[in-house]
Amino acid sequence: MIEISKLSFGYKGYMSNKILNEINMTAYPGEITAIIGANGIGKSTILKNICGLLKGSGDIKICGKNINDYSRKELASHISYLSQDTFSSALLSVFEVVLLGRVARLANNVSDDELVLVRDVLCRLNLEKYASRNIGELSGGQRQLVFIAQALLKNPKVLIMDEPTSNLDLYYQFQIMNLLKELTVTEQFTTLVSLHQLDLVARFTDKVIVLNDGCVYDYGMPEKILTAKTFRDVYRMNTEIVNKCGAAYVIPISQYKDL
Amino acid sequence: MQANAVAVIQEYKEKSRKRFLLIIIGLCICAVSFISDILIGPSWLTLSETITAIFQREIVPVTTKVIVWTLRMPAALMALGVGASLGIAGASIQTILDNPLASPYTLGISAGAGFGAALAVVFGGFLSEIIGTSLVPIYAFTFSILTCMLIYFMGRFRNLAPETMLLCGLGLSFLFQSLQSLLQYISSPEALQSIVFWLFGSLAKADWFTVAIIYVVLLVIVPLILADAWKLTALKLGDEKASSLGVNVEKLRIKIFILISLLTSFAVCFVGVIGFIGLAGPHVARILVGEDQRFFIPLSAVFGAAILSLASVISKLVSHGAMLPIGIVTGLIGVPFYFSLIFRSQKRYLK
Repeated sequence: MIEISKLSFGYKGYMSNKILNEINMTAYPGEITAIIGANGIGKSTILKNICGLLKGSGDIKICGKNINDYSRKELASHISYLSQDTFSSALLSVFEVVLLGRVARLANNVSDDELVLVRDVLCRLNLEKYASRNIGELSGGQRQLVFIAQALLKNPKVLIMDEPTSNLDLYYQFQIMNLLKELTVTEQFTTLVSLHQLDLVARFTDKVIVLNDGCVYDYGMPEKILTAKTFRDVYRMNTEIVNKCGAAYVIPISQYKDL
Repeated sequence: MQANAVAVIQEYKEKSRKRFLLIIIGLCICAVSFISDILIGPSWLTLSETITAIFQREIVPVTTKVIVWTLRMPAALMALGVGASLGIAGASIQTILDNPLASPYTLGISAGAGFGAALAVVFGGFLSEIIGTSLVPIYAFTFSILTCMLIYFMGRFRNLAPETMLLCGLGLSFLFQSLQSLLQYISSPEALQSIVFWLFGSLAKADWFTVAIIYVVLLVIVPLILADAWKLTALKLGDEKASSLGVNVEKLRIKIFILISLLTSFAVCFVGVIGFIGLAGPHVARILVGEDQRFFIPLSAVFGAAILSLASVISKLVSHGAMLPIGIVTGLIGVPFYFSLIFRSQKRYLK
């Protein structure tokens, strides 16, 4: 479980212009919670604050304990984080990169159990044929899958993914979201993702947090949140909502002109 | 797909075995070079003489014993030890600063040592009468440590950002080179000559005491660096990713930087400035085994040692009777070999 109360944050030199202003939010185990909002509104900033990569003011609790009371290593054993940036110039194979998901626990001699774990997660994402390829030789989408595999390797309590589907084709967007859904339910992960694909939000997530102007604009089930009014206020878009296959689909109509 | 799945683990294990084998091969090259380094010189020894002198020192003639044990063995061991130190230092600096162009040389640590040595030669004066010949290494060591501390404290202003440390190092390198040139400019011809010879780098002054220091330092520091091999590998993915995987990036960077500072300072203070090893050793290793630091660091050490030891052998072969300064030979012989590897390698290893 992730509980955030009164989180405020401003990047260095812009303290007067806070990007997050006393944010309160909660994400529950067994559910996928999505954060949506316009570019630069602070979605990644929230996620990085939860992982301890950025430090703002306010309280963030993971599994009931304040993140400042965890050591770096303890926090990492609870949280798996997928960064938006999947570029890597390292001369490491796909297998090695995924294995690093357990870096805090690896001994000098890697045990057979860990090798099996790596193989299983590679197979799960159809990456086994690339196992010995260099990470730098893969396409952007493939690299994203590799880092998703790395995040899944350590079986965390909290899964935080910053735009996990941004570089993926249609098939893998569904594959990843299905996998996240399945793992979230069976392993009782608390899963928090930032997403731009609204159809995926409608179809796969349990709760949605809408960010606007440094505050939580709205919070709730997707069907309640994904309305034409939300998109006009947050994305400045005129839209039409169509219900199909049990989920709401957003059809963009035109840019909203504020008069 | 099934067959693939089974092969994945086999492939990884096979790769690890091959990498281990490469380290063994590297060690064999070092051993051959070490023996050659002992038997080659103004008076050549035969292979059997050398081996007997090493393993059964009682039964060889006194002259052979002196040549092997007093003259050549310390220099040969020094070449291996200093090469290994510079190889590891270069490899680790490149990792913590995330830049394949970083080395003790480019960071100005060698320039600091050079300035210290020049200072000792020019202004040593009465101190050198008390301390004797060890004044130069002491000054060189002090100033190379000082350079490291300056890099560190300047880096602290910006949270030890790699690019800040690298740029500060480059700046300090120019500063110390200028200061050293200034000293050369105002020094007497004799002092100038000894400064220049120190800067060329030389193994000739190695004795058992200095060799012992180098190896004790290696024995203490290398296990400390290797203990963080996995964390250093994770650091190759970038600070943010390493941090989210549970690595305390700042602490790791400080620790490794301190260890490298010591390793480099001890290495350069006894033999002078040898620039190429800290850059080339790691590059050869990286091309061969990639950046899993469990293999990358040892192999950088092994190649650093092999390059310097072979350079020592060659320096004695090309100038009959005398020893060409080792710093000159490493560049002349090493660079063509280095280029050939860069152009043959299929892998992209510069950003």
